[in-house]
Amino acid sequence: MLSRVAERLYWSARYLERVENTARLVSVYDDLLYDLPQNVVEISWYNLIEINSGVEAFNHRYKVRDERNVVKFLLSDDDNPSSLLSSLTLARENIRTTRDVLPNEMWELVNELDLYAKQNIKQGINRSARHAYLNTIIEGCQKIIGLLAATMDRDAGWQFLILGRYLERVDMNTRILDAATSLMMQAQPGQDMELGQVVWSKVLKSQSAYLSFRRTMRCSIRGAKAVTFLLNDPYFPRSQRYCAEQIKLAAASLPRAGIVIACADKLLEHTRTVEHSSELNTEFSNYLNDIQLDIIALHHQITENWFNFQKGEAA
Amino acid sequence: MDKLTQNYNSGVFFDELIDATGKARAPAQQLLEYLDNLPTEELEKRRITAEATVQEMGISFTVYTEEGNIDRAWPFDIVPRTIAAKDWAITAQGLKQRLTTLNRFIDDLYHDQRCIKDGIIPEHIIKDSKNFRPECVGVSPKYGVWAHICGTDLVRDEHGEFFVLEDNLRVPSGVSYMLENRAITKRVLPELFENDEILPVGAYTSDLFDTLAALSPRDIERPEIVVLTPGIYNSAYFEHAFLAQQMGVELVEGSDLFVDEDDCVYMKTIYGPERVDVIYRRIDDLFLDPEAFHPDSVLGVAGLMRAWKAGNVALANAPGAGVADDKVVYAYVPELIRYYLNEEPILKNVETFLCDNEEDREYVLAHLDELVVKPANESGGYGMLVGPHSTKKEQQLFAELIKANPRNYIAQPTLKLSTAPTLIGKGSLEPRHLDLRPFILQSKDTYVTTGGLTRVAMRKGSLVVNSSQGGGSKDTWIVDTKGA
Repeated sequence: MLSRVAERLYWSARYLERVENTARLVSVYDDLLYDLPQNVVEISWYNLIEINSGVEAFNHRYKVRDERNVVKFLLSDDDNPSSLLSSLTLARENIRTTRDVLPNEMWELVNELDLYAKQNIKQGINRSARHAYLNTIIEGCQKIIGLLAATMDRDAGWQFLILGRYLERVDMNTRILDAATSLMMQAQPGQDMELGQVVWSKVLKSQSAYLSFRRTMRCSIRGAKAVTFLLNDPYFPRSQRYCAEQIKLAAASLPRAGIVIACADKLLEHTRTVEHSSELNTEFSNYLNDIQLDIIALHHQITENWFNFQKGEAA
Repeated sequence: MDKLTQNYNSGVFFDELIDATGKARAPAQQLLEYLDNLPTEELEKRRITAEATVQEMGISFTVYTEEGNIDRAWPFDIVPRTIAAKDWAITAQGLKQRLTTLNRFIDDLYHDQRCIKDGIIPEHIIKDSKNFRPECVGVSPKYGVWAHICGTDLVRDEHGEFFVLEDNLRVPSGVSYMLENRAITKRVLPELFENDEILPVGAYTSDLFDTLAALSPRDIERPEIVVLTPGIYNSAYFEHAFLAQQMGVELVEGSDLFVDEDDCVYMKTIYGPERVDVIYRRIDDLFLDPEAFHPDSVLGVAGLMRAWKAGNVALANAPGAGVADDKVVYAYVPELIRYYLNEEPILKNVETFLCDNEEDREYVLAHLDELVVKPANESGGYGMLVGPHSTKKEQQLFAELIKANPRNYIAQPTLKLSTAPTLIGKGSLEPRHLDLRPFILQSKDTYVTTGGLTRVAMRKGSLVVNSSQGGGSKDTWIVDTKGA
């Protein structure tokens, strides 16, 4: 497989996952803001910009940090390279140039999704139809993942899709945990019980983890338990451990994978549990930062190892 | 019920399917009988099926416009064009003869230039050719073959005789449409394929693979063959991807390849560098290698010419092969056939006036309103003057162009191109002009496609068949009528 084709597959999976995650995030935030106890904490849509490392780009473009601007920025802005529409455009471009290694219907599905997302973007921005819009986007992404699961050869191309998908997913997982942690740290003493219930259950819902958490952990929703589940559960397909395992497995079936496997192992080693909710403090925030660094290193190694190519290292 | 072909009349033109008395020609008999018995509604249904099939199969080509590039669906007419197998056999012989000669000629030009020394072709024609590459002098590609893939444009005159209009030896395109046209027609008129009289066309991609594999500089069982494309924005990208997929080889862009210190070409794969033996390149000469040609080309591969000259990689077509697809050289081809092969040409040229030649030039300038004037080195039907359809102002412009650079222009009489019945509107067949582009492959062996790509000028009376200028296409049937 050509390095260029592998790289495009990897990115098409990352962008597609980003589309789905962005839709999930906005969707759950909508829900969260309505359920928060009155005046417990200063929480605003702007937190979403911070989660997505979009502070600079956002402030460059907007003065007012209100719901409409934040949602516009996250869903439709051209000059936000991670906006839902930007990510979808990039996913489509990468798929367009790798059609020969993907199932036939893939191109059709991503075209359909792209058309829908663009034509109905106003529904995503206005609050009244937002939920339905975002749901359709999420379903569209899942349709594509389902198509791939059912029809694609488990060859090198498949493994690059897996690498891209799980890397993007584990990245988003840390961002969401970080956002929730910093939100909780802003809570007034005495409010944290009430607030914690709402915040952590929304976090689980944003990851479709709510029911799975209930079944697996068999306890009420507390910060420590939710975080532990999202970091360390070996079976839940969005947990940090599961994502890292998938990356490791995919890498292992690709050639010359040693250094990438080592990076994935490092991420696994750093995957921990949390005993008590009081541990969700600044130190934990720093921990999540280190995880982000592990993820960046992993992406870097994947790129260097298979895509960027040094002349002269003959086979 | 009125028969579909009842009022059909192609006038002074030779019609491919229906003779001057209104009767079906032998190879078209079954087809026309079938169409005549098809209710209008059913015919319309078939037309819609064809349109949907084109969409579904994603058969498209790119048109460059000021507003940007548009991916257009391939315009397709469902009524096939038929040719008798016995006529085709002779034409195919003629095409082989012609390409064999052209390859001898190219090889001669880059070595001893005997044809110039023997006075067959004037030296300045070659010296002034935009497509003569001094970088290629002395190089000896395998089998002495430079043009491995050739698309030759044929037309039929009012008597039904085939003439060669031009030879495309650089990066001819269209063969994928020939294959797709057949695939569509099989879906649209399946009943007609039940008998074996329509000869199949599907062998092309495996013939192409064999032609390319035979060029490998390494004697190994599975030589690494790639198709080199300028990328997704090229008008023929669909075809590049199609051929790579059908042959089971990699479709690469310039940035996927590099030439190492050993002067071999490698492609960048996830397994590390892999050596490439044969490159079917769909990039023009001048963009192939920034080291040797345009230094700012980002499409090519630095050092590719070095690797090719060292014999470490085969390029199809070889750089410099385009010297023989100059429209001035074209005029000399019949003479070249006699010279190199000592045979009479099987296929005739269209009468051609060389503006380079004083007597011819005077004639051309005096008859601009009757002739078709073409630049020597353009393709795609760009930069032409079609005399009878031109204004006085256009003729004046061309007179000046010719006087300024006579070597660069040729002129030909306006041809009475043959026609074939084409579905125009609901249930109505009208004659439309067409040509035929067969593809000829040459390396160790020589192959000719069974028929070729038929291009149709969809506008009434138009002679321009290029897809970039409103042309369409139809399936081409070589029909074995068992001696009839």
